[in-house]
Amino acid sequence: MRSSPTGAAVEAAGLAKRYGRAWALRGIDLRVGPGEAVALLGPNGSGKSTLLRILATATRPTRGEVRVFGVSSNADGDAVRRRVGLLSDRPPLYDELTAVENLAFAAAMYGLRVLDDRLRAALATVGLAPVADARVRTFSQGMAQRLALARAMLQDPDVVLLDEPYNALDVEGLKLVDDLLARLRATGKTAILATHHIAKGLAQCDRVIALRGGRLTYDGPTASFATSPAAAEAGAWA
Amino acid sequence: MSSARHEWQRVWAVVRKDLLIERRAKAAFNAMAFFAGLVLLTFGFALGPDVPAGEARQGTLLQELAPGLLWVTILFAGVLAVDRSFQLELERGGLDALRLYPGDRKAIYVGKLIANVTVMLVMEILVCPIAGILYSLDLWPRLPGLAGVAILATTGFAAMGTFYAALTANLRARQVLLPLLMFPVLLPVILAAVKATDLVMHGDPMNQLGSWVKLLGAVDVLFLTTCLLVFEYVLEE
Repeated sequence: MRSSPTGAAVEAAGLAKRYGRAWALRGIDLRVGPGEAVALLGPNGSGKSTLLRILATATRPTRGEVRVFGVSSNADGDAVRRRVGLLSDRPPLYDELTAVENLAFAAAMYGLRVLDDRLRAALATVGLAPVADARVRTFSQGMAQRLALARAMLQDPDVVLLDEPYNALDVEGLKLVDDLLARLRATGKTAILATHHIAKGLAQCDRVIALRGGRLTYDGPTASFATSPAAAEAGAWA
Repeated sequence: MSSARHEWQRVWAVVRKDLLIERRAKAAFNAMAFFAGLVLLTFGFALGPDVPAGEARQGTLLQELAPGLLWVTILFAGVLAVDRSFQLELERGGLDALRLYPGDRKAIYVGKLIANVTVMLVMEILVCPIAGILYSLDLWPRLPGLAGVAILATTGFAAMGTFYAALTANLRARQVLLPLLMFPVLLPVILAAVKATDLVMHGDPMNQLGSWVKLLGAVDVLFLTTCLLVFEYVLEE
């Protein structure tokens, strides 16, 4: 595994993003180490999803730079994409394909040679084995979210970005996300979790980054978040 | 696995996925086939089935104008196919996912292009006999020549169509902008396709067919090269 000269898994410097006249991010600096699990908290429109999309190279920043394991996404986006997995708030699935066909397509696009049995095993881990051959258009939102979870983990990324992974999930589904985060931490992967579930974020992560209006309002350990001014703000929007 | 083999695996994954979705949903194909049939029928009514052709030619006006009418119909119906190819990516955020797959983005373009050419050729196989019946054309003896022209012209059309469909995918006025941007660039393809089809259908006493076919081939190469070179940037948000 190639590592960063600074030892960081993800670094962002002066990150800003403007959509038309509105600034979604206004100069974000952050550094996340390998194996860290970070909860990204903030109200709607605070810039959480934009930040994750920039880190994943889905969108370019207006200003600033992102480095993943020392590789700049502006200079070599492809190398960054090989190491980063994004579970988006809109699961990128095809309604007319079955669950296993969706995974097979993603595997082929990642350049993985994955046997049908392994795809079905991946579906079993998210509780979708009985509906492996059903078309995604027949799935509930929660089932689609579970499938998206299996899809995001196919390439075994070093950095996992999760945008509202708890959305639409039942109790069993919530536990699946918790187990996934625990597994990522146990295997030394880096995880950044954007969520409105503050309690979940605090329970699953050892560090909190809070955003408001595109600016960082808190960056520190989970333990001291509760006593910070950002936590008082969070009480208002959570 | 070698890089080239890896990229071809990605190309075929896109082709297979797009054709499988089209076979199941039939969204683009049904719309195209009905639209093409209606346009051919409308031309038939507008020009009249028994109006004689100009003095220099035998047969009816419809038979004389058939190459042009056929390609205008294919052009209009083809817009639906290329538009659909990126619309299906927008339905659940698939365009983002395509951007995030590591590897050469040309593979996505080539995959989409092959799928679009396939869907359009199937549509043409359906439309040509309908035109034959409506306009009393004897197409069967001219089938090899027509097939060759159709493959070349459809490749050129789909090369540019796929590119512009990706370019306009995120725009609100996509359905208006796509033909507005595409049609002017496609003029050489349409002109060469109509002329070549006319020569195949009505005879080629001056041996001009080869020149028009060469023009079609040259335009295909130019379109494919240009689109492959710049597609990487088109897919950026």
